[in-house]
Amino acid sequence: MVNRVVVGAHYGLRDWMIQRITAVVMAVGSVALAGYLLLKGRFDYDVWTGLFASLPVRTFSLLFLLSLFYHAWVGIRDVVMDYVKSAAVRLVMHVLVILALILYAIWSVQILWGM
Amino acid sequence: MKFRIYRYNPDVDAAPYMQDYDLDVEAGDKMLLDALLLIKEQDDSLSLRKSCREGVCGSDAMNINGRNGLACITPLSSLSEPVELRPLPGLPVIRDLIVDMTQFFKQYHSIKPYLINNDPPPETERLQSPEQRAHLNGLYECILCGCCTTACPSFWWNPDKFVGPAGLLQAYRFIADTRDQATSERLDDLEDPYRLFRCHTIMNCVDVCPKELNPTEAIGKIKDMMVKRMV
Repeated sequence: MVNRVVVGAHYGLRDWMIQRITAVVMAVGSVALAGYLLLKGRFDYDVWTGLFASLPVRTFSLLFLLSLFYHAWVGIRDVVMDYVKSAAVRLVMHVLVILALILYAIWSVQILWGM
Repeated sequence: MKFRIYRYNPDVDAAPYMQDYDLDVEAGDKMLLDALLLIKEQDDSLSLRKSCREGVCGSDAMNINGRNGLACITPLSSLSEPVELRPLPGLPVIRDLIVDMTQFFKQYHSIKPYLINNDPPPETERLQSPEQRAHLNGLYECILCGCCTTACPSFWWNPDKFVGPAGLLQAYRFIADTRDQATSERLDDLEDPYRLFRCHTIMNCVDVCPKELNPTEAIGKIKDMMVKRMV
């Protein structure tokens, strides 16, 4: 393979948009959770289990976490692209990050649904 | 007035160094370039580029007290002493305040900075309405001095892959031109994680542009057009 500068992977816009959309989901989720806890006025085991007993809360929490993982993927990939110059090492790191994030997603489901 | 100027002649010097100059000059309404030319009378080994001396050619872009600008339109009275002058950051130094702009112009050329129109040329000009022409305001004035692009950390880091603010402003200048027919190809060319999306909107470009243009806004408009095309 000749060593030339190659650009033109057509996912710039998609990932840029997803990063923004996931940021909105996380912002709404964070404010909603903080607001709920402030209104509740206390923060103990009963409040916490009561909150997560609700299916919509669990569902939105999963959406929040999936948003976090995708958001993190775009951010970490950008950092790796900037600092790791070897394409082979970069590929390995990208795969490891993706696998870790998929594992976190599975783990999140397990935690939220108490398996 | 006291000046500290970056000196480096790769043929002679092992490493760059800062040289102090004391110039007997009244700031008055003089520009920095006037002072530099007086210094050059004292020491003709000092090298810099200049041409029009009125902010139109963009030759004398340099880093002035930590901020990129044009020496010819920077009033001496606006500068705190010692006035520290360095070459534009992020580009290879040829000598003293002269940098190698090859990478900058390579990125500029990569956006195809010319009208692409496959219709046969009309007998007169390709006409635009005043409203259509107004969209080019704030874009066509760019003089390609390189102040913005060399103030951009994304360009410092990926000069071979990120187009940089000057090139992206020009990309939008042709996307915005109603006489151009290659909008889709131009958007395709920038739809890449590096070429456009390495811009993280820190707006150093807007801060330093000596022509008071807004590359960040142009980049945002390109993104808007990409979104509009996708949805």
